[in-house]
Amino acid sequence: MNIFVCVKQVPDTETKIVPTADGSFIETSSIKWIMNPYDEFAVEQALLVKQSNPAANVTVLRVGSVKDTEALRTAMAMGADDAFLVEAADNLDSYSIAKALKGAIEKTGKKPDLILAGKQAIDDDCLQVPQVLAEMLNLPSVSVIVGFELAGATVKVKREVEGGALEVYEMSTPCVLACNKGLNTPRYASLPGIMKAKKKPMAQHSLADVGVSDADRRVKYSQFKLPPEKPAGKKFDATDAAKQKEVVSQVVGLLRTEAKVI
Amino acid sequence: MANVLVFTEVHDGKVKPVTLEILGKLAGQSADVAVFGDLGADQVAELAKHGAQNVHKLKGANLDKYSPEGYSNALAEFIKSKSYDYVFGGATSMGKDLLPRLATKFNAGLASDVVNFIFEGGTFAGTRPLFAGKCLAKVEVTGPKPHFVSIRPNALGMTANPTAGAGTAADVNANAGDIRAAIKDIIKAASTKVDLTEANIIVTGGRAMKNAENFKILEQMADVIGATVGASRAAVDSGFAPHAMQVGQTGKTVAPSLYIACGVSGAIQHLAGMRTSKVIVAINSDPDAPIFTKADYGIVGDLFQIVPIMTEEFKKLLGK
Repeated sequence: MNIFVCVKQVPDTETKIVPTADGSFIETSSIKWIMNPYDEFAVEQALLVKQSNPAANVTVLRVGSVKDTEALRTAMAMGADDAFLVEAADNLDSYSIAKALKGAIEKTGKKPDLILAGKQAIDDDCLQVPQVLAEMLNLPSVSVIVGFELAGATVKVKREVEGGALEVYEMSTPCVLACNKGLNTPRYASLPGIMKAKKKPMAQHSLADVGVSDADRRVKYSQFKLPPEKPAGKKFDATDAAKQKEVVSQVVGLLRTEAKVI
Repeated sequence: MANVLVFTEVHDGKVKPVTLEILGKLAGQSADVAVFGDLGADQVAELAKHGAQNVHKLKGANLDKYSPEGYSNALAEFIKSKSYDYVFGGATSMGKDLLPRLATKFNAGLASDVVNFIFEGGTFAGTRPLFAGKCLAKVEVTGPKPHFVSIRPNALGMTANPTAGAGTAADVNANAGDIRAAIKDIIKAASTKVDLTEANIIVTGGRAMKNAENFKILEQMADVIGATVGASRAAVDSGFAPHAMQVGQTGKTVAPSLYIACGVSGAIQHLAGMRTSKVIVAINSDPDAPIFTKADYGIVGDLFQIVPIMTEEFKKLLGK
């Protein structure tokens, strides 16, 4: 059984984002890179499947810059068997990334049974790659899954939609699944796991190796800038219990007369 | 002038509001609407008022319920029979799942989660947040047509289209094709409230709520003002609320007209998810909490005392 997990390396959630002077992208020199948080659920799900299918092989795939390979090393330290890195700029669009992932899977020569990914990467927040990859590979897909059961070649998943309702899907492998928080609890990499990960194989290829060129770009970004800052608001002290009613009444009044939102 | 198709979802017999936001903003272009199944005459009239020329009602076997493959197959076949330059849809649960698959059937690009756009000489140019709204960028689509765009609900706002469309509704025979991943069951949510991403008012609780039980006081306020209740990552990670309620970079990005943050400190990742709210009220006992830097109205005090008083004040104001 071949399981592929697509991971992305993204700036830590506490990162302050600074656009470059020419607005072409963001400053990346001082960023702390982490594995995209949603991808951790995908890695964990792959490892849970491997636990009940010891013969399964878990390959982690990543398309991105090579200056730091934190995400792939973390996934292998958690227990993935091997890794495949496609060297690319960090601001590639979803279509190019999906095409590169398809090329990478084909280049391994392994027929996928299960392809897992996070539901979205928290850098460009596109929520596209898993679905685009599925369409390119002509496979069924379900995104935003919070429940997963595998019995033989039948997969049953729960997809979270608006308001927390769940759609239950059933399909046969191979398929592409995009994982959401709540699916499982990702394990921490153990120290022996981290040591072992250093010796696990990591293939490295160029975009050209996996059949992707500049002509595959479908979405262009430019003019990166910070959102406009709000002017300072009004602050009221209601720590004194005797004043609370007066202060709250005033604010509620302002919501109607000044802000006009209620 | 661009030829645009707007895909709309129907909920409880009504088209999703984001469709009307899109149509209003498309003033000056030629816009049709596609929908699965039936649509009442009142809804067709509403679409026409906002500028819809033709309303295509796609009907066929296995299209009564959503499936990524069925809907994308049927829409692709329909779109190929026409000549649209652009296909728009809402960045809703369905839109986010469906549109990437659909666009790929044309080897075409999709600009996701766009919050504003213009047409320059028939060509789309949008603005979208990246890094959960920590920065904004211009987004353009290139490559084969049609180009696809998904629009974040509540972002464009309702703008009147000065030119009403003809609103000509017709059935289209649609073909779902081969569906491998199909919905077997739907588990309804405990809450019947509108989703956070589409809510007009949101009341959010943070770590200072102390436990899940205490969220009741937020629910009570929410019931009075017609709000949806959210939670910070700290509150979700502490088990006070499910992830479906999480607002922030690893939760939902929201843009309501009123956001009331109760006991939320205002971590960068939380601010990223709610900073585009039109009016922000923060209640926190710590006068230095970062949330106050984003608040239009900040109240320094104990939320367990302030929130019930505020609920009563809202009741008075709204005559409830």
